[in-house]
Amino acid sequence: MERATLDLWVGLFVMAGIGAVLVLALKVGNLSTFSVGDSYAIYAHFDNVGGLKPRAPIKSAGVVVGRVADIQFDNERFTARVGMTMDNRYRFPRDTTASILTSGLLGEQYIGLDGGGDSVMLKEGETLKLTQSAVVLEKMISQFLYNKAAEGGPSK
Amino acid sequence: MFGRTTISVRGIGHHTVDAVWRLGYASRFLGLTLGHSGACLRRFRLVIREIYYAGVLSLIIILVSGLFVGMVLGFQGYHTLQTYGSESALGILVALSLVRELGPVISALLFASRAGSAMTAEIGLMKATEQLSAMEMMAVDPIARVIAPRFWAGVISMPLLAAMFSAMGVFGGYLVGVVLIGVDEGSFWSQMQAAVDVREDVLNGIIKSFVFGIAVTWIALFEGYDAPPTAEGVSGATTRTVVTSSLVILGLDFLLTAFMFRGV
Amino acid sequence: MASENLIEIRKVTFGYGRKPVLKDIEMKIPRGKVVSIMGISGSGKTTILRLVGGVLRAQRGEVIVDGKNIDELDRDGIYRLRRRMGMLFQFGALFTDLSVFDNVAFQLREHTDLPETMIRDLVYMKLHAVGLRGAHRLMPSELSGGMARRVALARAVALDPALIMYDEPFTGLDPISLGVIGNLIRKLNEALGATSIVVTHDVQETLGLVDYVYYLSEGVIVAEGTPDEMRENAEPLVRQFVYGEADGPVAFQYPAVEYGKDLRLH
Repeated sequence: MERATLDLWVGLFVMAGIGAVLVLALKVGNLSTFSVGDSYAIYAHFDNVGGLKPRAPIKSAGVVVGRVADIQFDNERFTARVGMTMDNRYRFPRDTTASILTSGLLGEQYIGLDGGGDSVMLKEGETLKLTQSAVVLEKMISQFLYNKAAEGGPSK
Repeated sequence: MFGRTTISVRGIGHHTVDAVWRLGYASRFLGLTLGHSGACLRRFRLVIREIYYAGVLSLIIILVSGLFVGMVLGFQGYHTLQTYGSESALGILVALSLVRELGPVISALLFASRAGSAMTAEIGLMKATEQLSAMEMMAVDPIARVIAPRFWAGVISMPLLAAMFSAMGVFGGYLVGVVLIGVDEGSFWSQMQAAVDVREDVLNGIIKSFVFGIAVTWIALFEGYDAPPTAEGVSGATTRTVVTSSLVILGLDFLLTAFMFRGV
Repeated sequence: MASENLIEIRKVTFGYGRKPVLKDIEMKIPRGKVVSIMGISGSGKTTILRLVGGVLRAQRGEVIVDGKNIDELDRDGIYRLRRRMGMLFQFGALFTDLSVFDNVAFQLREHTDLPETMIRDLVYMKLHAVGLRGAHRLMPSELSGGMARRVALARAVALDPALIMYDEPFTGLDPISLGVIGNLIRKLNEALGATSIVVTHDVQETLGLVDYVYYLSEGVIVAEGTPDEMRENAEPLVRQFVYGEADGPVAFQYPAVEYGKDLRLH
């Protein structure tokens, strides 16, 4: 008698524990983007990745379509090679542009994809041709000042 | 003067040798426990019984603490994030701190003081009242019959408790952040889901609590088994269980964190 | 195997660390008898039980149990031998997390594959023998000292052992429980055809019960004989013990400097 109730409690306990793990996986985390089975990998070269980090989101039209898998330095082209894990449900044309963008003024950096017009879709392991590097604040400011100086020069 | 220095140096040396000795004995104890686990996993009923004592009875303290820790995180996180106008990131803050750190660590500390100390006291008392010797005389190995089922019960219970703690904490953060303060519910959940990764965060948190479970249960059982068979001996061992396992949990947490989240 | 002595202890010496506990002990315990080992606290009585049970190993000499030398047995051999031994510990040592029934059933469940109905019958038989069949549902914490001792006795004889060892079975019992346990020791020994060793310092109860007595003092056997011989024994150590005299060879005073010196009379 006493044993049966004890078993019941332990059963409930284990179920609650597994339930909590499921809640953490499905409700708190996002299980679907990272299962290996339904994803494909593509690559892109950037002159400058800025503050992009592994696991940063890849968005197209604001929707998360994948995540950055790894970032490496390509010692032959002197550029950064970014590996991306893409959700299998989303396919992009071969002339898609990848740009490194920032969410908000000081937010985290992510990769934005803009689909092109090609009829051939990207396949596993292919590399994007069109990329746009991260905006580096110092470069932008110095360029701005340089332009201002160039504008103001002749008028004086 | 010189004599006293010699004595204190000798004392340090003695303590060091003693500590190394105990560590070796504890390692052999763990080895024996693992070696004798086959029989108790075949008689899983013994483990189920101990899961009741280690896990189910720790449930209340774990759930209540989780809820309160989550609610405090909700308040504190909101006030800090509000300064930067990013209170929509409250979900990220609450979930990441719980899943990666607070869930495994606090639930392990609570487990050490609730279930670990109870295990030490129970084993110590069984030793003091000659129950372990009696078992030995009945040709039943106490390590296989008493220690191993408790060990596996602790190792199984700990990750489940930590997961419940984290889930409860997230719910607490939701209560304070969304229900009480009025952060937007959609951005609370969606930002959280975008930032929390199942493998990197949730799975690593579970691995952490699994490691803590092994450490706490091992320490608790060893302290009980090694306790001097007297009332003072058992009470001293119970205190040592809580102190040692708390330190070991925090130390291990540092190592595991450095190991797991280094690249991020 | 056919030896008439179940246990022979030959020239056994044993010590914890450097402190010697037993010195050159010679002992023979014949089959079917109830033999008592007596002595004051710390005289090494319990150590003998531990040597016989194979918990401790003699540093010198031999312990022969049922024709087998304990020193030469491996762990499995000792465990096999122990299944034929029952031991009653000083305060019973019942498993506090198991009920009375489960305590008595413990060895049956661990060592046999008997069906649960047969285990139930056996447990009720053992509990009936100690008069506690009605208490099978209770937990050890609900038992009085005497009842706990009786349950522990039922547990010790659960596998019908050939040798029953009693470690201070009378300590802390009221006179009625004391009489009950004393009777049971004798009755069980005869009913099971077993051999019993009773380690005790409870003189009067024991002398009326046992067949033979060894008297141990500081790790040496100073006297042995039947209970009547012990009562007549002229050895001052034994006389002091048997008649409970406060002062004698075992001094009342802890060794100290001369009394007068401490009081500064000089």
